[in-house]
Amino acid sequence: MIPFEYSMGLSAVLFGLGVVGVLVRRNVIVLLMCVELMLNAVNLAFVTVADHLNSVEGLLYVFFVMTVAAAEAAVGLAIVVSLYRARRAVHADEISLLKG
Amino acid sequence: MLDMIWLVPFFPMVGALVNGLFGRRMPKGLVATVACGSVFLSFLVSVGAFFSLKALPPAERVFEQVIFEWIASGSTKVTLGYLLDPLSCVMILVVTGVGFLIHVYSVGYMSHDPGFSRYFTYLNLFCFAMLTLVLGNSFLVLFVGWEGVGLCSYLLIGFWFEDAAKAAAGMKAFIVNRIGDFGFLLGMFLIFWKFGTLDFVPIMKEAPEVLVAGGAIVTAITLLLFVGATGKSAQIPLYVWLPDAMAGPTPVSALIHAATMVTAGVYMIGRCNVLYSMAPTSMTVVATIGALTALFAGTIAITQYDIKKVLAYSTVSQLGYMFTAMGVGAYAAGIFHLMTHAFFKACLFLGSGSVIHGMHEEQDMRRMGGLRKHMPHTYWTFLIATIAIAGVPPLAGFFSKDEILWNAWANGFKFQWFLGFAAAGITAFYMFRLVFMTFFGKERFDPHEVHVHESPASMTVPLWILAGLSIVGGWIGIPAALGGANQFHQWLAPVMGGASEAAEGVKQAAGGLGLVSTAWASEAAGAAAEAGGHADLVAEYALMFLSVAYALLGILVAYICYIAKPDLPGKVAAKCRGLYELLYNKYFVDEIYQAVFVEGTLALATFCYAFVDVVVIDGIVNGTGLLVRSVGSGLRRFQTGQVQAYALTILLGAVILVGYYAVVASF
Repeated sequence: MIPFEYSMGLSAVLFGLGVVGVLVRRNVIVLLMCVELMLNAVNLAFVTVADHLNSVEGLLYVFFVMTVAAAEAAVGLAIVVSLYRARRAVHADEISLLKG
Repeated sequence: MLDMIWLVPFFPMVGALVNGLFGRRMPKGLVATVACGSVFLSFLVSVGAFFSLKALPPAERVFEQVIFEWIASGSTKVTLGYLLDPLSCVMILVVTGVGFLIHVYSVGYMSHDPGFSRYFTYLNLFCFAMLTLVLGNSFLVLFVGWEGVGLCSYLLIGFWFEDAAKAAAGMKAFIVNRIGDFGFLLGMFLIFWKFGTLDFVPIMKEAPEVLVAGGAIVTAITLLLFVGATGKSAQIPLYVWLPDAMAGPTPVSALIHAATMVTAGVYMIGRCNVLYSMAPTSMTVVATIGALTALFAGTIAITQYDIKKVLAYSTVSQLGYMFTAMGVGAYAAGIFHLMTHAFFKACLFLGSGSVIHGMHEEQDMRRMGGLRKHMPHTYWTFLIATIAIAGVPPLAGFFSKDEILWNAWANGFKFQWFLGFAAAGITAFYMFRLVFMTFFGKERFDPHEVHVHESPASMTVPLWILAGLSIVGGWIGIPAALGGANQFHQWLAPVMGGASEAAEGVKQAAGGLGLVSTAWASEAAGAAAEAGGHADLVAEYALMFLSVAYALLGILVAYICYIAKPDLPGKVAAKCRGLYELLYNKYFVDEIYQAVFVEGTLALATFCYAFVDVVVIDGIVNGTGLLVRSVGSGLRRFQTGQVQAYALTILLGAVILVGYYAVVASF
């Protein structure tokens, strides 16, 4: 049985990796992947806490998060594809049309 | 017959509508018939109303006719109606009678004017407004007429509006009148506040109970109403528009600016005599302003050369007499002078119009002279009216003016009496100066170039009728001292009777407070009681003799100056250069008003524009825009368009929030 702290620690590390990836990487596809990483880190936390508390409510949320993540990936990838078609760019810092 | 008084203003209104709407397409004869006919019908109805009123016993001579309910709001009800009593009856007779003669005269005078139908539209409209003014049963209806005559005055002064100076004269009259009207409005508001109504009959009945005699409120009301009267009736300090009003056609000067409209203020005070009698302070102010105006305007008239300007200042001066009469409590005498003045001053103005017409638009007396031979009808009628205004018995002016002066003396207004008395001789002098310069002496124009001609019958017949009235008009008011019955006083007694009761009230109220300023009230009451007293009779004869002698002296001086020794006036003027310049330039009042009020208003307007508007208001508006703009341009730096920068911001926010709850809130 993996201890509670290990699972939570892994979740925190994965979330941190995702955050850093979103902030520092330039490729939009990698950004999307990092977002997925963050979502799944949260999923891991939910599962861990649900197990720890002997409750199913946390597990319920995991399904919602996975659904949202799937939708996000679909929409996000579609945006990236059309963005590439329109502007030949997949780097986040090159896309700053909303600059004030 | 009394039920028909609504027809009196109705006929001129129809005349104005017909001429105003269809006049351009109608032949001149028809326009003239409609205009004159409508006023003549009004005159006939007025005469009928007079006899119906006379048939009633004196106490019942009040007839009120409500036409319709004008304003009904909650408990406030204002009716539009007409009030016929001896006072308004005199006024409608004067307005329609003199008005009709001037309409007839105008047909001849204006026959060649392209604005013929427009002229008669305005003239009819004026009659309608003036009759509304004098017949109105409340202050509000009076005010409608009051503004209506002001409008017509403006329209007719600026009748020849192509001339910028004449249009400006019209505007001056209107604006100066508006100043007075403001006071009048405030007076009306005060009355409404105290009485809850503006109808004359209840106000005059309830005044002794509602208002404290001699109190601040009745004094304020009467003074504010008097401000309105100074504007409309051309008294100091608002008289300046009347001399300029001579820019209008001469019959207009006769009708509006001599006989009728300018007497509206006198009528209004006569109508409110109950209120005025309760306010001795206001009475003193009215009498003093009136007497000052009489002398002031008279002195200006001495030096003027424009024939109409002399008559204009003479009108201001005579109106001053009327206000003196009102102020000393001799209301009936004031209305009496109003009536006789309407006759002889209308005659004088129409005569001057005839002269101007005959001289081909020449108004300067220095280029007249010797017209006696050329225009005999004008000469004789003018002379009669001049003798009447100079106060020579037995013509009309003597009785009315002397009555005013006698009342001023008897009621204890010695100072005002002195001013009025001084003006009386001056009146005789400048009027005869006018006659001598115009009709006597050598012709100071080239008879071959200017073909002087007598005016047509449509102009001379009204002149003769008015001259006749100037002779006999005073005989209905011959005082008891000269063996007359003074029917005019008896006729007005039902309207003016309340005044002596109110004066009693003042006396009692003041007596209770231990004031001494009530010599006026006691003498007013005393004068009535002792009218037949022997000592008074002697004084009255003495004053009569004095004023006649003084008037004759004025005529004699005028004769010496302008017939016997024509070079004398020039020498006197050269000797008293400063005084002459002062009088010739009308005491520089126009210039002072220009410098103080007109320039002051312009300076205020410039200040409001250049500082308040441009600096303050524009500053606030533009400043708001500028502030939003600069804040926006500062904040736009945060909007980088970089998704990752936004993500960092969100992260920081999340860290701060979580940190706050984790660190701060947990303690």
